[in-house]
Amino acid sequence: MNPASGLPRTVDEALLRLQERPDTVALAGCTDWMVRDRLARADAPPVIDLLAIEELHGIEEIATPPSEAKRPAGADADPTTPPPLLRIGATTTFGEIRVDRRVVEGYPILAEVASQIGSRQIQNRATLGGNLVNASPAGDSLPVLLALAAEVEIASPDGRRRIPYDAFHLGYRETALGPGELLTAVLLPPPPPHQAFRKVGTRAAVAISKVMVAMAAHSRQGRWSSMRIAAGSVAPVPMRLRAAEKVCEGAPIDVETATEAAEAAWGEVEPIDDVRSTARYRRWALSRVVRRLLLEM
Amino acid sequence: MKHPPGILGSSPLRRDGLEKVTGAARYLDDLPAEGTWVGATVRSRHPHARIVSLRFDRTKAPADAVFVHAGDIDGVNGLQILDDRWPILASKEVHYVGEAVALVAAPTAEDALRAAAAVEVEYEQRPAVLDWEEAARNEPLYELALDEGRCEAILEAAANGDDGLILVEGEYFTGAQEHLYLETQAMLAEWVDGRLAVTGSMQCPYYVKNALQHVFSLGEDAVQVVGRYMGGAFGGKEDYPSLLAAHAALLARAARRPVRIVYDRHEDIVATTKRHPSHTRIRSAVKKDGTLVAARVDFDLDGGAYLGLSPVVLSRGILHATGPYRVPNVRIRGRVLRTDTPPSGAFRGFGAPQSQFAWERHMDRIGRRLGIDPLTLRRRNVLHPGDRLPTGQLMDASCGAAAALEEAARRGDFLRRWKKAEEDRRRDEPLGRGNRPVATGVGLSLAFHGAGFTGLGEHRMRSPVTVRLTAEGRLEILCAATEMGQGAVTVLPMLAADAAGLRIDDVLIHEPDTDVVPDSGPTVASRTTMVVGATAARAAHELVQRIVQWKEEQMGEAALRVEDSRLLGPGGEIGDFRELAREYLAAGQPDAVTVHNEPPPWQRFDEDSYHGSAYPTYSYQAQVIEVEVDTDTLQVRPTRAVAAAEVGKVLHEVQCRGQVEGGLLQAVGWALWEEMKRKDGQLLNDRMTTYIVPTFLDAPEMEVHLIEEPWEGPPHGAKGVGELPMDGPASAVCAAIENAVGIALDSIPATPERLLDHHIEAAQGGRR
Amino acid sequence: MKVHFILNGKAVEAEGRPTDRLLDVLRHVFHLTGAKEGCGEGECGACTVLLDGRTVLSCLVPLIQVDGRSVITVEGLAATEKGHAYLERFALKGGTQCGACTPGIVLSGAHLLQEHPHPSHREVAHALAGNICRCTGYQAIQRALSEEPEAVLDSTLLPAADAEREDGS
Ligand SMILES: Cc1cc2nc3c(=O)[nH]c(=O)nc-3n(C[C@H](O)[C@H](O)[C@H](O)COP(=O)(O)OP(=O)(O)OC[C@H]3O[C@@H](n4cnc5c(N)ncnc54)[C@H](O)[C@@H]3O)c2cc1C
Ligand code: FES
Ligand code: FES
Repeated sequence: MNPASGLPRTVDEALLRLQERPDTVALAGCTDWMVRDRLARADAPPVIDLLAIEELHGIEEIATPPSEAKRPAGADADPTTPPPLLRIGATTTFGEIRVDRRVVEGYPILAEVASQIGSRQIQNRATLGGNLVNASPAGDSLPVLLALAAEVEIASPDGRRRIPYDAFHLGYRETALGPGELLTAVLLPPPPPHQAFRKVGTRAAVAISKVMVAMAAHSRQGRWSSMRIAAGSVAPVPMRLRAAEKVCEGAPIDVETATEAAEAAWGEVEPIDDVRSTARYRRWALSRVVRRLLLEM
Repeated sequence: MKHPPGILGSSPLRRDGLEKVTGAARYLDDLPAEGTWVGATVRSRHPHARIVSLRFDRTKAPADAVFVHAGDIDGVNGLQILDDRWPILASKEVHYVGEAVALVAAPTAEDALRAAAAVEVEYEQRPAVLDWEEAARNEPLYELALDEGRCEAILEAAANGDDGLILVEGEYFTGAQEHLYLETQAMLAEWVDGRLAVTGSMQCPYYVKNALQHVFSLGEDAVQVVGRYMGGAFGGKEDYPSLLAAHAALLARAARRPVRIVYDRHEDIVATTKRHPSHTRIRSAVKKDGTLVAARVDFDLDGGAYLGLSPVVLSRGILHATGPYRVPNVRIRGRVLRTDTPPSGAFRGFGAPQSQFAWERHMDRIGRRLGIDPLTLRRRNVLHPGDRLPTGQLMDASCGAAAALEEAARRGDFLRRWKKAEEDRRRDEPLGRGNRPVATGVGLSLAFHGAGFTGLGEHRMRSPVTVRLTAEGRLEILCAATEMGQGAVTVLPMLAADAAGLRIDDVLIHEPDTDVVPDSGPTVASRTTMVVGATAARAAHELVQRIVQWKEEQMGEAALRVEDSRLLGPGGEIGDFRELAREYLAAGQPDAVTVHNEPPPWQRFDEDSYHGSAYPTYSYQAQVIEVEVDTDTLQVRPTRAVAAAEVGKVLHEVQCRGQVEGGLLQAVGWALWEEMKRKDGQLLNDRMTTYIVPTFLDAPEMEVHLIEEPWEGPPHGAKGVGELPMDGPASAVCAAIENAVGIALDSIPATPERLLDHHIEAAQGGRR
Repeated sequence: MKVHFILNGKAVEAEGRPTDRLLDVLRHVFHLTGAKEGCGEGECGACTVLLDGRTVLSCLVPLIQVDGRSVITVEGLAATEKGHAYLERFALKGGTQCGACTPGIVLSGAHLLQEHPHPSHREVAHALAGNICRCTGYQAIQRALSEEPEAVLDSTLLPAADAEREDGS
């Protein structure tokens, strides 16, 4: 406990506080939370500061293999999976992720997405955990983590659990995080050799995505394997493009596969019109970008 | 009088520079808040409705909050611009979403918002006019016409294929644009002993003063308005601040203390004026070699709910409707249509960007039709000295249209790049399968801008500027020109110093306080340097002359002069100017001189037929803009812009470039991203996350070439540069997209969504 | 709540609600009005300040998260000799017009220059993409920053961030 402010300094203290006062807001980088109208903030509820909790912060390699439990079909584990995993604490900022050597080398698409979130000022504050918990359909890191087969670690008063990130987003702005729970970390399995990412935003910077595509794969003898393709801003939750993945699985790495996968992607999304773009455009751009990334990856 | 070397054309540190970079500059919202209350506005949520009832539920509001509605206005409930039908507060009906219905004030911003939430308004919705077709069926708010030659007969001949003429027709749209000045609208009002004092962010203190006198039925002496530094304006603080000032004044009276209103961004985007959307149809007759023979232009502006400044915007629009080209036969019809949307208002360029977007796209259409490249087509028709505009105005030697065109084309290597991109595109269909990820293209445009007020505005105003001596012996300019970033507080003293033979720091400029400064006219229409500057220069010269003459009489010596702030006689330096000035003051001599602007006496303009010289002179700008189009996403990245601006005379190079570069990017933003999206009259993108303006990463690298073809008038032939850069670039961007991927867009913004729609429709059309 | 922090090199304390915006605290409590509110939503960068040496948007920083940290505003930058010289050159090159974006821009710029003297065009554009300027078209800002002499960009450009802390945190 911080002697001066009485604020929690550990996850357990924070959980306790959330239990005592269920209306308590857990603040991270506040780049989502503070963007609320003045009156709502003026009636401020009690808050805790997650940034002050050391164990939520930082990037480290850990030895534990990902739990095999309840992996959804299709998200295959690479048979040669030895550790380590990369553990990214929930309050690690995109600014830190952007320049972390292990991320840049192993998971370049995560470094890249980090560098494209908002602006430098936003990246200096916005946290990975906040991006996931805020659960905007346009959250940029979401499809990347899907493509990278991440897991998330959740702390609740009953203990910690780990779930595949595939199972985190349940519906529009609805996550597997229960009341009084905290997201503590994101875990990345060893890096897949092929990765690609594209954000199609409203402009070159400080842009909200109209469409995002992230993909990661292995290859064997000129053929794709373990292909994971994820898209953002085309559905209420970030989604895997399973039909497109299926086209690629075992298929030759060539233009035909890319084109066929792009067509499959076209068919499996139902985007909407909103203030930032149109359904027609989203589907078109998604399909073209899938094709392009498969050609370039 | 000899000019001290190097004042004009040099780039001294701007007067407001240090204050601004150190954060010391005080904008309205930076003034200490102690003792002032905060005002908030209750706004219509409907585009058209009858107000059934309006109630302030005091039980829900903070205890001491005050409430003001239309019934509290004892003078005229109308904003005095050209007419006064725009209500200060809606009383019976509302005509746009965001229209002010009532006002509240309270000690803090949060309390003011709570008080606003305690106002209950009941509406009965009415059918609203929200689109072009519907608006065109109703009576226009305003109409103008300009005819020259035998336009219709020639067009008919062309339609029949007679006389070797070809008919080319096109239809063009531009959207509304939000100014997005970084400082939102802000105003502070206070009543002291029946006298109203207002200060805030405004381009035109005297407009505000007149409007306040009208609303409160006050005499001239009863209102003081002081313009402060503006955090940007671009025309957006020409008309609207008068309304805001009236609101603040109403609240200050009700609250019996100073009240400030500072809009938040959302409110500013929703409620304030925008650039007029435009719809232009052009029918033109051209010869096979591309020579323009006749053009009929129907130019419609969406004026929004009330007239505002629309007639003047329309006027400038039609006077620029055929660009800087020779078009011997024209028939131009302009209309301001009325819709139930926020009143459109002044925005950099003032109608000329809209009409010239259409015209320049039309030139490209003609070129495409005839197989003539954009440069050759423009060369064939560009105005030269000795040519005439459709108004009959004869172009004098200071017509730099061709010079600007050639310079931009050469520096931007236009023709070679354009041809290469045409070939690349024909060869490999950038949007087809097997495409390159990025296609590049280049576009060219040329535009002009009339300097100063349209028609005889300057003749009627003959605006005065006063120059007086301060006690320490420096000159001080008294004028109503305001500083919005364009550099008025720097350039005006430079001009005065240059004319008077003084060093720049011997000339001060007073803040625009209507109690002190004369009405030298509004800070609009690129007139500040050319009109106010020239007048200030004359006044300064005159005052120093008088001082010198007095000294000559005192000394019994002739041929004294002031140079570089030193008093010189035949035998060399006699003394320092400040000392001389103090001596002069001590002798009880008159300390000030007022002179009036003298527009060129030859300038005639007939406001009925629209013939004559609408402007005494024009500046010209051509640009070559290069874009990269992502062939997968149709996102357009402007990569490079080469502009050549012919501005008469460059007075402060850094500031002049700054105007061109800033205007160019605003125009590129308008061309590519900026759009007010409405559904059922509601603005959908009322935040900066949805109204997209260019960031640093979106801006092209720019190369600006300044050309000088001084006109005959003062100051030193400078012609005004504030609005010029807004006029041409949007069309060049569309031309570049066309060059890159073959989508010929005639409406902006050229968003990827709109490009896709066009692409798909063209493909479907092609297949059928 | 009461928070203690270092403001432009001096230890200060401020009383407020935990969720009060740092921007309001700077402007209303400390009367440092350099940082401006251009949007209140993180989009414009006019409220940029340095928090523990990094650029952040003070409209999105709640007071509670300032406790024990260091804040530098444009006034702090202007108060150092090198900072003032840097700012004057910035103005001379046309980096400011209306000035509303300027306090944020010059802080983002100073931070960039400390990390990358002689930044490339792209580096400047990336580092300043979060600062909207509606007046300049960014070109003069670009010129001002890329021509800035390296010699002035040492650690004395900004006020010290490590004045005595008052609490034990
Ligand atoms: C100008 C601007 C630009 C932006 N651009 C982008 C962009 O390009 N791409 C993008 O994806 N997003 C963008 N965002 C959104 C935002 O920055 C991100 O979503 C960011 O990652 C949120 O993280 P934060 O730490 O700021 O979250 P906060 O605002 O602190 O928190 C958000 C919510 O999550 C909860 N929360 C946070 N951390 C945890 C945790 N560990 N456990 C439990 N609950 C938690 C909070 O209680 C709160 O309800 C932008 C925002 C702004 C203002
Ligand atoms: S006011 Fe903070 S980013 Fe705009
Ligand atoms: S100088 Fe006006 S916004 Fe940048």
